[in-house]
Amino acid sequence: MPADFAYPDAASRAAPGEFETEKMSLSMGPSHPSTHGVLRVQMELDGEVVTKAQPVIGYLHRGDEKIAENMTYNQFVPYTDRLDYLAPLANNMAYAIAVERLAKLEVPARCQAIRVITAEMARISAHLMGLGAYGIDVGAWTVFMYTFNEREKLYRLFEELTGARFTTSYARIGGLARDVPEGWTGRVGAFCDQFLPILEEILSLLTRNKIFMDRTTGIGVISREDAIAYGLTGPNLRGSGVPLDLRKDRPYSGYEQYDFDVPVGTQGDCYDRYLVRGEEMRQSVRILRQAIAKFPEGPWHVVGARKIFAPPKEKILTSMEELIQNFMLVTEGPQMPAGEVYFEAENPKGALGFFVVSKGGGVPWRLKIRSPSFCNLSILPKLCVGAMISDVVSILGSLDFVMGECDR
Amino acid sequence: MSAETVAAIKASFPRVTDRPSLDHPAFNAPADDVPEILRALRDGHSFDFLADVTAIDWAQGANPRFTVVYHLFSTVTHEYLRVAADCPPGAEPEVPSVTALWPGANWHEREVYDMFGIRFSGHPDLRRILMWDGYPHFPLRKEFPLAGIEAPLADADVVSETGVSAKPAPMAGGPFVASSGEMNLTEAEPRAKDESWTERREKPGAD
Repeated sequence: MPADFAYPDAASRAAPGEFETEKMSLSMGPSHPSTHGVLRVQMELDGEVVTKAQPVIGYLHRGDEKIAENMTYNQFVPYTDRLDYLAPLANNMAYAIAVERLAKLEVPARCQAIRVITAEMARISAHLMGLGAYGIDVGAWTVFMYTFNEREKLYRLFEELTGARFTTSYARIGGLARDVPEGWTGRVGAFCDQFLPILEEILSLLTRNKIFMDRTTGIGVISREDAIAYGLTGPNLRGSGVPLDLRKDRPYSGYEQYDFDVPVGTQGDCYDRYLVRGEEMRQSVRILRQAIAKFPEGPWHVVGARKIFAPPKEKILTSMEELIQNFMLVTEGPQMPAGEVYFEAENPKGALGFFVVSKGGGVPWRLKIRSPSFCNLSILPKLCVGAMISDVVSILGSLDFVMGECDR
Repeated sequence: MSAETVAAIKASFPRVTDRPSLDHPAFNAPADDVPEILRALRDGHSFDFLADVTAIDWAQGANPRFTVVYHLFSTVTHEYLRVAADCPPGAEPEVPSVTALWPGANWHEREVYDMFGIRFSGHPDLRRILMWDGYPHFPLRKEFPLAGIEAPLADADVVSETGVSAKPAPMAGGPFVASSGEMNLTEAEPRAKDESWTERREKPGAD
């Protein structure tokens, strides 16, 4: 190359407007590995920079709220499994508590403790899944292998407890499907003991990983004000430094008895959301250990609520009175008073809310599901503008949404 | 705390009335006043978090037919508040939008429009969100059947090429449908009323 060579400065000699770039539109999804399900993001790009991003949702819409209006309260429990299908036990519990609030029913301490244990196990399993998938999104395969190994151990425990690995349908209005098996809490404790060192190992793969940090720090920053204005909940809200956790602020199911911390972020970027989820798993283990240590004896369902909870199976088969009671409960549903109730539970993805409108009887008049993934995704148009395409992958992974819950 | 808030709102907005509730404080508000009331709640009473916007359909012929329900949460006192607004009667129910107060209301209001056909005046982008653009029905209205109604698919090209459409779900034999309210068993559970095929009689067209 000659010493006096210079690249022609074409842009400076061009007529105004001649070299302006054309915007390109790109549709990411609905079947793209990084959109975690059937989300489609309609993007407008200037080179590699996103100038507009419009999420298109509804591909997994099944009309759960319509279905709920046409069946009894207990029949809807399996549908709640399929909201956030990575934490069905937590959804079961949130739904059952919402309907119990309608009947002003308080479940016994043992039932509450079992629900807390299952919900925290569900939180760990959901965060493990989210973390593993996030690792893959930003190019770290190994994390996924570790997290899925641990998640599998949890799923074995779920299977032993509920008979199903995935769609557990464990809660009932006023109680649970069954009591915990013999020695099961001990096995949960053993899981906790071996899980903590492995969790440290998993997190050490990412926390100070140069590539992971470059892909996540300063990316997808959500300010405190925006997080509240868009109705974000869960780790996405706490990642932005808002210390809101319904388990602390509005304790339900006996969460006030347990000692745990609520981790919050400082920057509100993808990295902070990752850190919050990692710490939440440690705190969940703390709650699990406390719940197992003072696991109460006693009934595992409400006693005496004849029109809400089914009598014991052996009595149904031998006693006329209980047979009739069971028959009425199955055909007409748990009998609820008329009224309105709104209950939110702190689920792995955020606040899962149920708004139940009853006109009395065994079927809701209206059941609205306030899904955290839906609200968390609504900030996406704002979050993606100005980011690179590869950052969009990182942002989507850090929001950790589930389309089954978003579309309902 | 919440009780004081409700009293203060009632003092400044005289048309606000009490609403029966089993849990959180609740009141009815005229639809026109909703943005002002929610602004007062957000700025003056720390109810700064819009948890949820939804609607209730009280069935065809009921007056009011639709009620829009807002759930607010306070990040300071950690309390909930329910604000309900009956839609004015009319063929096209309409209430003012609160997207100017909370950008998060955008998707909630789109969903309410999509499911109930309630329009939000002042909404920047009132399109369907869960169903596809051009879908002709509002699925959560009470007159919409559980099985669905046959409707053309979104893409006209696909329809002209394949001739397929969105069909109602086959309901014979289930799901075990029940209805809300105090009524007798036969009325409440009209299960499997469509008996065109049962366990004993084969499904028409199936070999």
